Amino acid sequence: MTSKSPAGAGIAAPTVRRRLRGDRRVWIALGVLAAIVLTAVFAPLLAPYDPRAQLDIAHLQSQPPSLAHPLGTDTFSRDVLSRLIYGTRVSLAVALVAVSISITFGTLLGAVAGYVGGAIDAVLMRFVDAAFSIPTLLLLIVVIALWGDISVVSLTLLIAGVGWFTVSRLVRAETLAVRDADYVVAARALGVPGWRILGWHVLPNAIGPAIVSATLAVGNVILLEAGLSYLGIGVRPPTPSWGNIIEEGATRVSDVWWLTLFPGLAILVTVFACNALGDALRDALDPRQLLPAHDDAPFA
Amino acid sequence: MTAPLLEIENLRTWFYTDSGVARSVDGVSLHVDHGETLGVVGESGCGKSVTALSILRLIRAPGRIEAGSAIRFEGKDLLTLAERDIQHVRGNRIAMVFQEPMTALNPVFTVGDQIAEVARIHAGMSRRDAWEKAVEMLRLVGIPAPEQRAHEYPHQLSGGMRQRVVIAMALVMNPALVIADEPTTALDVTIQAQILELLADLTKRFGTSILLITHDLGVVAENCARVIVMYAGQVVEEATTAELFSHPHHPYTEGLLGAMPRVGGNAERLATIPGTVPSPTAWPDGCRFRERCMYAWERCAKEHPPLYQIGAGHVSRCHLAVEPERRSQPHLPVAAQQGVTAA
Repeated sequence: MTSKSPAGAGIAAPTVRRRLRGDRRVWIALGVLAAIVLTAVFAPLLAPYDPRAQLDIAHLQSQPPSLAHPLGTDTFSRDVLSRLIYGTRVSLAVALVAVSISITFGTLLGAVAGYVGGAIDAVLMRFVDAAFSIPTLLLLIVVIALWGDISVVSLTLLIAGVGWFTVSRLVRAETLAVRDADYVVAARALGVPGWRILGWHVLPNAIGPAIVSATLAVGNVILLEAGLSYLGIGVRPPTPSWGNIIEEGATRVSDVWWLTLFPGLAILVTVFACNALGDALRDALDPRQLLPAHDDAPFA
Repeated sequence: MTAPLLEIENLRTWFYTDSGVARSVDGVSLHVDHGETLGVVGESGCGKSVTALSILRLIRAPGRIEAGSAIRFEGKDLLTLAERDIQHVRGNRIAMVFQEPMTALNPVFTVGDQIAEVARIHAGMSRRDAWEKAVEMLRLVGIPAPEQRAHEYPHQLSGGMRQRVVIAMALVMNPALVIADEPTTALDVTIQAQILELLADLTKRFGTSILLITHDLGVVAENCARVIVMYAGQVVEEATTAELFSHPHHPYTEGLLGAMPRVGGNAERLATIPGTVPSPTAWPDGCRFRERCMYAWERCAKEHPPLYQIGAGHVSRCHLAVEPERRSQPHLPVAAQQGVTAA
């Protein structure tokens, strides 16, 4: 941390970046996520078969893994590896986009509610209370039932729409704790404008739980999409998603185990990578994780 | 005579809580002259800090500054200023130094960033200029290797260093008034003197006035020419430091002085004032100190004492001013009697 050009020093971001770079978890997690994203992008090049083609309904039904079909075939004689590769596109897009939207939205609303307080806070939080009392899955089922046939984009927006409640609650609670911290009072006493206090002094200290929650939410959304697909109202077959592949095999876990195992592993790895990234990010954003640079005994 | 820099008149800051109205500050008037260091002393809960926060209008709901209060500073009434204008006063013309230097700094930004922020907001400096200003301020408050230290986070600095950073932040804009709220209470005794010396030295150099809030009369004796003693949300005595120490008038002031450790004092135990400050939701009628007072008589229960003029620049909120003979009849205060029976 020795002499550095003053230009780049005015913001905390470079330090956060430096800390992230030094964290091994970040590299592993990013590597895994990059592989998954690349798989989604290059699905047509990677998949050995057409994911929707019923190759040979008479002879290739529910075949275990083999050289020709490394992950086996499903009950409709489709190649599971190809479906898994294409399923990455849907599952990942839905999860990442829905979580980004809901975290952003939830953080903003939670921070404003907590910081401004009063009527805005009361209205928002009563709304969240009401939303909390309805099970998410049930809410989605009702909305989708009323909506009729639903596209992947609408599904993503819907999941995002019901996902921000928890985040807003977390961020609001943190904001309340941080709002009356001495350094916020000190910032007000120094004439820092309100919006800047919220963005500079409150949010960075209140955002930790939101980030951790986001990484957990990615897994939840993949599973939520799977549940909806199982009920026939999520991603409709023959379009593959990790969720609907699992659900197809769910009733035959004992004999057609490869239908649930491999997409399950894919979900596991993705969620794990997201969690690791979230942990690292939380640590990097919190400078208290640093050890004191100097021992100050001789001088105060 | 020129107008004082800061003039507070009949300040009343009340908190509307569920358990009643807490009249934390209840009719405080005081002034700070240009270049002067005014000491404000009193126990915890007597309204010192609320007075300080009220000056910059930092009181949040359920607290409210009541109508009829006035805070004049540099010819403006701070209580009627628009939000935008009071923001310009905060940190720019009046700055605060808080008690707890660890929590008064934002843990997620470097100290350089935090000092630079003040310069950017009030002086509209560029990022680069503000950073250089921050380093210059760190050097000014005696932090070694300021270029490196500016990149460090609050938790990487010791308590004394952090308080220097807080002082640097307060002085960036060269304010006319610094409100220091117990600036040394949280620090080691060896560091306390250094910090006070630094504050005195810098403010003398820039002609800054200080409102020094403390519960430590020793700090007052060394730093202030004039003192205000607060009790139960009100000013109970005001005098020059020399006068207050040699001729304290109010029994509360007497008690505070008696509770002060002295070199060469032969008392085996320090004197204490029996009882505690009453609750601000229920100040007693009459004199608010009477239950802890060893001179209190009937008049004190019936009549709330006004500020009596004792001498030049010396006022005291005690009926002893008009019935001085009562001083020769000390007795055990009510609070002490209760303490005895309870035990």
